[in-house]
Amino acid sequence: MELHNVWFVLIAVLWIGYFFLEGFDFGVGVLTKLLARDRAERRVLINTIGPVWDGNEVWLLTAGGATFAAFPDWYATLFSGFYLPLLLILVCLIVRGVAFEYRHKREEERWQANWERAIFWTSLLPAFLWGVAFANIVRGVAIDADKEYVGGLLDLLNPYALLGGLVTLTLFTFHGAVFAALKTVGEIRVRARALSLRLGAVAAVPAVAFLLWTQALRGDGASLVALAVAGAALLAAIAAIRAGREGWSFALSGVAIAAAVAMLFLALFPRVMPSTLDDAWSLTVTNASSSPYTLTIMTWLAVIATPVVLLYQGWTYWVFRKRIGTQHLADTH
Amino acid sequence: MDLNLALAPETLARWQFGITTVYHFLFVPLTISLAALTAGLQTAWVRTNKEKYLRATKFWGKLFLINIAMGVVTGIVQEFQFGMNWSDYSRFVGDIFGAPLAFEALIAFFFESTFIGLWIFGWDKLPQKIHLACIWMVALGTTLSAYFILAANSWMQHPVGYRIDEERGRAELTDFWLVLTQDTAVTQFFHTITAAFLVGGAFMVGISAFHLARRKHVPVMRSSLRVGLVTLTVAGLLTAVSGDLLGKVMFKQQPMKMAAAEALWDGEAPAPFSVFAYGDVDAGHNKVAIEIPGLLSFLANDDFDSYVPGINDVNKAEQEKFGPGDYRPNIPVAYWGFRWMIGFGMTSFGIGLLGLWLTRRRFLLPPALRTGEEEVPRLVLFRTKALSPRLTGWYWRIALWTTGFPLIASSWGWIFTEMGRQPWVVYGVLRTSDAVSPGVSQAEVITSMTVFTLLYAVLAVIEVKLLVTYVKAGPPELTEADLDPPTRIGGHDHDADRPMAFSY
Repeated sequence: MELHNVWFVLIAVLWIGYFFLEGFDFGVGVLTKLLARDRAERRVLINTIGPVWDGNEVWLLTAGGATFAAFPDWYATLFSGFYLPLLLILVCLIVRGVAFEYRHKREEERWQANWERAIFWTSLLPAFLWGVAFANIVRGVAIDADKEYVGGLLDLLNPYALLGGLVTLTLFTFHGAVFAALKTVGEIRVRARALSLRLGAVAAVPAVAFLLWTQALRGDGASLVALAVAGAALLAAIAAIRAGREGWSFALSGVAIAAAVAMLFLALFPRVMPSTLDDAWSLTVTNASSSPYTLTIMTWLAVIATPVVLLYQGWTYWVFRKRIGTQHLADTH
Repeated sequence: MDLNLALAPETLARWQFGITTVYHFLFVPLTISLAALTAGLQTAWVRTNKEKYLRATKFWGKLFLINIAMGVVTGIVQEFQFGMNWSDYSRFVGDIFGAPLAFEALIAFFFESTFIGLWIFGWDKLPQKIHLACIWMVALGTTLSAYFILAANSWMQHPVGYRIDEERGRAELTDFWLVLTQDTAVTQFFHTITAAFLVGGAFMVGISAFHLARRKHVPVMRSSLRVGLVTLTVAGLLTAVSGDLLGKVMFKQQPMKMAAAEALWDGEAPAPFSVFAYGDVDAGHNKVAIEIPGLLSFLANDDFDSYVPGINDVNKAEQEKFGPGDYRPNIPVAYWGFRWMIGFGMTSFGIGLLGLWLTRRRFLLPPALRTGEEEVPRLVLFRTKALSPRLTGWYWRIALWTTGFPLIASSWGWIFTEMGRQPWVVYGVLRTSDAVSPGVSQAEVITSMTVFTLLYAVLAVIEVKLLVTYVKAGPPELTEADLDPPTRIGGHDHDADRPMAFSY
């Protein structure tokens, strides 16, 4: 396989990693309003992702950095083109990170309530906006002969993209609810399970509709397989949580997210950002990629570093494997 | 300056980059140094079992966490800003500039972010030594991160290991190893890291002085003061040494920047070091100049009589090489930025050196003036003469008031080095005016600049208030759980309902 194809796959892997991991921590953030009944329960939820959310977010930074290095034109067109949505995502991620670290630093009721509100909104908005962004990438946007985005902000808010946003939001919330059921103990766990079931049903409808639309738009044989896997995994995840198998359900909702993202990338290939003005102006794995020398160095980096990262990040989850409930909360400091 | 120029996309994009980057870099040096210093204190706790070291670890660790949270989130903007506001830059240099960024993310950021989670939540989940290793990993991660990003920046200062692909209209990497190891990268890293420890040292000294002046938390603050003073002094010395090395590199690679730093309009042999200058930029000369003869020649070339080219000479040479145009950076900013950097940094170094002498230990101190571990150290000027309580009070006060001096110095250092390279974004290869995003509108840049500036201002207020609260509160009392670290990974399991040692 040629190196730019390898890097197309690796970029897809990085985004899959990001949506799998930050997907559930966005979901847990949304659940602080949907599931938790009081401050103690909100704290339990926040603490299920406490030790790991920061590491999860690095998948995004790595995806960004790797796109810059492997496909500079893709990076340039995407981030200058999707300027304002990206700005909103960045603002959310800034506030969200600070909210996790600062919320417990003061006892005052208002201080904590404000940061909790911030956690909810800054989890919900990016969960939605990433779907909008990816749907637009797949659908294609107005890119001219100079590889510049020439559309406006409103062009990005088309029905297909908005449906995409709804899919990521609901799918991540479901994924987060299953995670919460898996990581908590006591009454909140029981409610997390019940809510997962409902959220699963809510997520399934737009997800299937969106993936079928995608298939109609740009699908091929391979993307159809990914679609089938995503749909089956999502249904199996719902069935598993119904049967009380939280671990299985979480793994399956993860597979559903991974397969859905994979489907989008398969539908894209060999383009990375199709142009709606003229397909000749589309960014592709060849006309947007770096030189073979740079890609070779990057490949060595990925081959050596990625397994190590997976190893110690996986180890973190093992260290914090215990379920937590309200009784485990420490006094705030 | 007329409004068109003030609102040109290039001007706006530069302001935004300046605001977000200087702001981000307020947190970076403190993060780098406090990570290592906290790790050092925790190592002292693990090795000696003295409780004051654990309390110190918790105290400085908490301030470190308040700070790193801001460093991490403002860093996200940096990763994406190149694409947003500088898309032509990204297209032109991505083949080279992207690789160190990817290395930084995949090697350094993952390290930092994963192990910081383990450290924050791991007090009752990890055996003592593994928990200690986590904070060292964080320190290693922050330092590695600095290396990769500085290698990338060094390439903008002094592009090496590349060729221009005319067909695709971009620069392409030919020697990655050279990009990572060129002398610009190595000296810039050396200078930035030592300056980071200058920031951390001054921070520790200032806060310890605050408590010692009030005779509070004495055992912890006494040890912290010593760690801080040693750090401040050693780092101050090394910052000066590395600054001199970096200056010599810059004299060779960017003579314009250094001539601007000295407001040296016309080349001279020997060239003087400027103490104060006031000049006319358009006419290209100084009206007032106070100088030390020959010193600049020495700084540039280790030779008091050597020739150093001036601003007008370099400008002319660059016009011949790159075509007509003005190749001078903003001279007053370069000149004063250079002076603020040195002045603020070296003031802190002086305060550290003085403090180290005043608090010197046994072998230079007569027995009558020695103090025990539980006492506020007595500041002793001469062999038999301790400072009066009033002067002692002044030393503590000055140490506190100058806590932020090295931060001011490092901000000016970056403003100097980046603005001193103008009009180039990649020296001699790509102009800043050719680097902005052509598709991004004025309104979009104004929006994002306003949003970031307001958001950052609000967060700064919150952060500083929080820091002050935690500084004033002093080191926490230890609990039984603190003194009973787990012996196996995952924590004790004799009590399933035992509360976590730490939770958000």
